[in-house]
Amino acid sequence: MELSLATRTVAEHTVLEVGGEVDVYTAPRLRERLVELVDAGARNVIVDLAGVDFLDSTGLGVLVGAMKRLRVANGTFGLVCSKEPLLKIFRITALDQVFPIYSSIEAATGDGDGSGSTS
Amino acid sequence: MATVRLSFSPAPVHVRTARLVGVAVARRAGVAEELLDEVRLAIGEACTRAVALHNQYGLPDLVTVEMSDSDAYAVRVIDHAPIEASVGLAKLPPDELADESLTDEALTTGVGFALLAGFVDDLQVRPVEDGPGTEVRMVWPVQRR
Repeated sequence: MELSLATRTVAEHTVLEVGGEVDVYTAPRLRERLVELVDAGARNVIVDLAGVDFLDSTGLGVLVGAMKRLRVANGTFGLVCSKEPLLKIFRITALDQVFPIYSSIEAATGDGDGSGSTS
Repeated sequence: MATVRLSFSPAPVHVRTARLVGVAVARRAGVAEELLDEVRLAIGEACTRAVALHNQYGLPDLVTVEMSDSDAYAVRVIDHAPIEASVGLAKLPPDELADESLTDEALTTGVGFALLAGFVDDLQVRPVEDGPGTEVRMVWPVQRR
């Protein structure tokens, strides 16, 4: 499945919804979009991985790059992910200790009760 | 003896093809359904590594993936980069992953190796027998029907 990217704003956060496969071929497009968002002034960025069905080391590298870029800009960066196969990838690489990972947009933005609904 | 052999020019777009073929052959060979995501990821990582090395050294040579299902499901991903390129593969500790001084390439390489080591119980990285290059060999058990 091809990469899909869509942006929306939730509770003063820029949410980038990613879908499809993020790999060595498609990750450069994800990097470009994240750089564009930060360059355009986004400072609280959440990447929603709910629609991602494949994520490799190149994609993980892009996410770390975005987090570093936002840290330099005094921004925040978080991920929304509740799929066990992807969570396992974060655990194996120890990136679960690097990224804030939330189970829902509401939990990531602090909107609503933040209980981590996955609906 | 290899049952399926695939060679592709070192372009990122072909890594997906290798993953698809690798998983299709794994399923046919009898690898458990719950392992197929790991097979897909591991073959992708090994091919991504090979493509990156060929591009780093300006090598137009084909990357080869050999899949064999004689006793278990064995996949060999073969590159032709100088052998010293494989030295230094190591899993990065968490406090270094987000370090500002770590380059994107080093991060991706370290994370890719962590994924290979984490998902493949039977993993070997060794020099190819003829000429420069490295072979990443991964083996998964099969269930005979």
